[in-house]
Amino acid sequence: MIEIHELTKRYGSVTAVSGLTFTVRPGEVTGFLGPNGAGKSTTMRMIVGLDAPTSGTVLVNGKPPRAHAAPLRELGAMLDPRAVHPSRSACHHLLALARTSGIRRGRVDELIEAVGLAGAASRGAGKFSLGMSQRLGIAAALLGDPHTVILDEPVNGLDVEGIRWIRGLLADLAARGKTVLVSSHLMSEVAQTAHRLIVIGQGRLLADTTVAGLSAGHASLEDAYVHLTDDAVEYRAA
Amino acid sequence: MTTLSYHQHGHHQPARLPVYSLPQRVTQGRVIAAEWIKLRTQQSALWAGAGAIGLTAGFGILYAALLAARPPHGAAAAAFDPTAVSLSGIQLAQIAVGVLGAMLITSEYGSGMIRATFAAVPRRLPVLWGKAAVALAAVFAASVPAVLIAFFAGQSVLAKVGLDTSFGQPGVARAVLGSAAYLAVAAVLGLGLGALLRNTAAAVTALFGLLFGLQLLAGLIPGATGVTLEKFMPSTAGQAIASVHPDPGTSLGPWAGLGLFAGYTVIVLALAARRMSRGDA
Repeated sequence: MIEIHELTKRYGSVTAVSGLTFTVRPGEVTGFLGPNGAGKSTTMRMIVGLDAPTSGTVLVNGKPPRAHAAPLRELGAMLDPRAVHPSRSACHHLLALARTSGIRRGRVDELIEAVGLAGAASRGAGKFSLGMSQRLGIAAALLGDPHTVILDEPVNGLDVEGIRWIRGLLADLAARGKTVLVSSHLMSEVAQTAHRLIVIGQGRLLADTTVAGLSAGHASLEDAYVHLTDDAVEYRAA
Repeated sequence: MTTLSYHQHGHHQPARLPVYSLPQRVTQGRVIAAEWIKLRTQQSALWAGAGAIGLTAGFGILYAALLAARPPHGAAAAAFDPTAVSLSGIQLAQIAVGVLGAMLITSEYGSGMIRATFAAVPRRLPVLWGKAAVALAAVFAASVPAVLIAFFAGQSVLAKVGLDTSFGQPGVARAVLGSAAYLAVAAVLGLGLGALLRNTAAAVTALFGLLFGLQLLAGLIPGATGVTLEKFMPSTAGQAIASVHPDPGTSLGPWAGLGLFAGYTVIVLALAARRMSRGDA
């Protein structure tokens, strides 16, 4: 479970996130939506404990993010699939992360298999396509079989087989009672996969509802989303 | 458990995600082991290490060969220190190992991997200590054979003109093995600078500044002040250990010097730790 209360983050004079309050519950897939620059990545970084909030609190499974003794068991995050050392193999990348908590080598092997990287595991991660990097990032997030999973745009760069695999994976994780927070810009995908939606814009909460709830009265989720976020779009083509 | 339905278009294979229920916990020992995996699979670090070994052994032997071809006369002959000849490569190797140490951490900031590392070790400082431990141990372990090769090969070259010394002579073993220790500490200094500055180029520049620049600056100050100041500069102090008979006028004692160098390194590491634990990743 992720509990966010009055979360605010300022970088100098820029307020990235302001007064966010919401709860992400276990057992369902929660979509995290918002225009570019809305503060989704900043929020996710604070959930992982990479940035400290200016004010407000974030609790992951009841504790602040940096307080867990077995962090990979509590939270698995994929924020940037390209964040790997280029000359290190996928296998060694995962082994090093797993080793910090004493997670066994066998777990790394079975995850490499499960994400579909078995053939590429000993190749330098710098040579991976975006899709392969996504798979590696997901494997890294799932190393400790975490209770809570947060994924930032996981289908970005995946082929059709990959997109369907993610769809099934997210459903499987939620079915196991895990907390799943997924950010995405693909409304069609979100409509299929998510139950609840958290929509933010310009650092503020715009909606905390179900897919059905947001889509009500609109032709599609995409229409409903655009209608909701129209005023909060940061970057718009002329 | 809630039941979820999702729309299926054609075949869909449910993901079979394996469960993992064995105990897991972050410990400093495990973080050290993880850092060792990272070091030994980081190409750039391995090349820097190979460079350090090559420079140490290579220059030691080369300088010995040069001197054997043109033996020193007069005052130079009186002050001649055969051990120092074999250890002359340390001057350059210190940069190579400093760069190695820096790259252990700057590569993570550069690639963004530091976020995954801190997600796995949210208390962060165990990562810095883990990197320091493996840098210290790995560079020492690699430097010992390098200095021994430099010494024994170099001395056998010098023996041809009767200028050699032997490992058993007083102070020689300490100077040779102490040089390996100096390199190990220099690697940790590089790591500290890398963690503080988070950027390879900046860290290397700072490394040059601390190891060469300060010494030069102190040397420019005239009179006794300059001489005294130079004794306490990081590289001069650290390399006192490499001197078989350090001159008290221009150098600290061997262990005091190495200790001071280690002290500077600890200060840099402490500053890095402060930045690391407080800052945004």
